[in-house]
Amino acid sequence: MTWIEGRFEENVITTTLEQAMNWAQESSVWPMTFGLACCAIEMMATGASRYDIDRFGAGAFRATPRQADLMIVAGTVTYKMASRVRRLYEQMADPKYVIAMGACTVGGGPYFKHGYHVVKGVDLVVPVDVYVPGCPPRPEALLEGLMRIQDKIKARKLGKVSGTASFGQKGEKITDELALPHHSGYGKVAESTATA
Amino acid sequence: MNTEEIHGLLAEQFGDAILELKTEAIDPWIVVSADKIVDILTFLRDDERLQFDHLNDLTAVDFLEPDEKKAKKFPYDPHLEIVYHLSSFGLKHRTVIKISVPRWKNDEPGSHPEIPSVAGVFGIADWHEREAYDMFGINFVGHPNLKRILCPEDWEGHPLRKDYDFPLEYHGIRGM
Repeated sequence: MTWIEGRFEENVITTTLEQAMNWAQESSVWPMTFGLACCAIEMMATGASRYDIDRFGAGAFRATPRQADLMIVAGTVTYKMASRVRRLYEQMADPKYVIAMGACTVGGGPYFKHGYHVVKGVDLVVPVDVYVPGCPPRPEALLEGLMRIQDKIKARKLGKVSGTASFGQKGEKITDELALPHHSGYGKVAESTATA
Repeated sequence: MNTEEIHGLLAEQFGDAILELKTEAIDPWIVVSADKIVDILTFLRDDERLQFDHLNDLTAVDFLEPDEKKAKKFPYDPHLEIVYHLSSFGLKHRTVIKISVPRWKNDEPGSHPEIPSVAGVFGIADWHEREAYDMFGINFVGHPNLKRILCPEDWEGHPLRKDYDFPLEYHGIRGM
């Protein structure tokens, strides 16, 4: 803390709870250790010292979905893998975010026409927050995608939209989650939680 | 030893079961009869002069032109070929053996053609044959564990057949 040490008198800092929480969460996005194909190599390069995703606080790749906030779907998703991807997504704790990295996960990529086994975009399986195109995307592109995730976290709201919330009484939920993709087929389509 | 000499040895040993020799290709090959393939590969492996101790690859090729317009110019009758690439570490020579089978057993679409398994001759053939079964729907008779190796077990059809239809939907995920 040398950069800030000794610059202020003893003080009280005010901020909103929303800002403080969003700042904390956007600065410690923990991705899941999860790579499916060649994009994973580029994701590893992003984690290594040259591009260093840790500068954005997202360098702690967790080996379990239970500790992860961000799923970077890096690589071709096959039909056989789709149910596993879905399960990993469901095992992650809220709030959770998904980056679709690379042409294959964005929309089938080179396998769109002649790949009998490739899911035509991972958004048919899990809800995607940020799409990073490229084949594979350069590490800079993935970092850009991460920054868009951080923007999304920054814009999250804690307060109620409507309803009769008071102290100790829950108001209506703010919708910052995406609805399930309607082609997922893994259970009922989630009803839109939008109330505003 | 080159493929002509190998063909000579095989013809001497098996006679009519050795059908054809093609040498004008970069990789010359010998076409043999499907029912004798186990004996032939065992001979190639065990004979002192040949010593083919390694099966590099076992795969299949589907000869079919699904496009009706192009089918008229297609120079082959529809059939499946199974290809065995063999090499010898000791004698440093290699060869290709091919066998030809009909696309469907008794010309009934859906019934897999049957050929003898060589998993007992070369251990590696176990997985290669499972792959060929998965992709082409060839039934290797006598295989110890003939089930799909790449596709999920509930997959329909055999994807590398030329007349394969892509799935429109798999477990609720839209395909096309």
